Amino acid sequence: MPDNSFACLAAIAYHLPSAELTNEQLSDTFPEWSVDKIMSKVGISSRRVVAADEFTSDLAVAAAQQLFEESKINPGEVEYLILCTQSPDYFLPTTACLVHERLQLPSTAGAIDVNQGCSGFVYGIGLAKGLIASGDVRNVLLITAETYSRFLHPKDKGNRSIFGDAAAAVLIKADQEGGKVGKVILGTNGKGAKNLIVKNGATRFSKTADESLHEDDEGNLYNDNFLFMNGSEIFNFTLESVPVLVKDILEKNELKQEDIDLFIFHQANKFMLDYLRKKIKIPSERFYIFMEYCGNTVSSTIPIALKHALSEGKIKIGSKVLIAGFGVGYSWGGTVLQF
Amino acid sequence: MDKHQFLQSFAEQFDETDPETISLETKFKEMEEWSSMVALMIIAMVDENYNKKITGSDLRETGTIEELYERVSAK
Repeated sequence: MPDNSFACLAAIAYHLPSAELTNEQLSDTFPEWSVDKIMSKVGISSRRVVAADEFTSDLAVAAAQQLFEESKINPGEVEYLILCTQSPDYFLPTTACLVHERLQLPSTAGAIDVNQGCSGFVYGIGLAKGLIASGDVRNVLLITAETYSRFLHPKDKGNRSIFGDAAAAVLIKADQEGGKVGKVILGTNGKGAKNLIVKNGATRFSKTADESLHEDDEGNLYNDNFLFMNGSEIFNFTLESVPVLVKDILEKNELKQEDIDLFIFHQANKFMLDYLRKKIKIPSERFYIFMEYCGNTVSSTIPIALKHALSEGKIKIGSKVLIAGFGVGYSWGGTVLQF
Repeated sequence: MDKHQFLQSFAEQFDETDPETISLETKFKEMEEWSSMVALMIIAMVDENYNKKITGSDLRETGTIEELYERVSAK
């Protein structure tokens, strides 16, 4: 009998769409934004974006298939699917049901979507841990998948430089092998909703024909049919919340900062990560950044970074890894994975 | 807080603008190199050097670097 008092990250895989958006292409469109400058400020040299006929469910299915193949997982064993996305194929049905069908998961498996952004991976593993602890299931397939590129205005230099599309898939099992999920910390402040938002296109506001991009006094660009981000407000939110989040995760898991072997934060952009690292006083060798070839992939940044840190040997058996996601909502969360 | 130190730290956030051309009277949002990214760097500079928080409104409501300095000093 599996021991349901443990929930472990047993396997990780991810998938990127094939079309690329390079700094050279961005620099051609925005001549004042040089290739070197993009790299030095945001730490990204290229990002992947979906094709016109490629959707969130496609990325999600590809990531899960990759996971099954790489880790020799039989889809017939999956008992529950959680799909985290803010760019679903449809309003309804649930994207998880489409993905469940294409992956040929058992008809007895649960399948739901969770709508959360940069904190979504932490939410997903927290929910999976709860489901396993309930004793109702022995494993959960968690997929994070976003196609934010569809939300970006073609002339929105800043956000097009940052965001990339991707999906990641992880299997969380009632087991003691892999990354054991520690105590999870979550937080919410809906006052920040207006600072990172796609306002039009759901039920409150319809999309309009206006395609022009406006600029506010701070240099933020907006058109309510597209994604809007107030960079300075989001940055201030992270400066206030992330150091407290890290402290709370450590306290709840009864650990000290020096007990953590590797810190993996949501890969927002390099400038922000470097500044947060310095502010929280984390040595650079224990702070992992992986975003150069995929950009900020929202809820997939942490599992993508985990995958690379594992394959580079930065995470070994016994390693304690602190993960922290924060952003749109505002919403934040984190935990410690004990490998 | 030293006004000239603030000016120097402010000017250091720009890569392409000659620091000699930046003065306390400079209307920073009219600078060619001003961008939302530079705004983040200014917020970080004030947080790091003065342990004070400036918001988007502080940047929006001030015109010159001196006005921003006064606003930060008053916090």
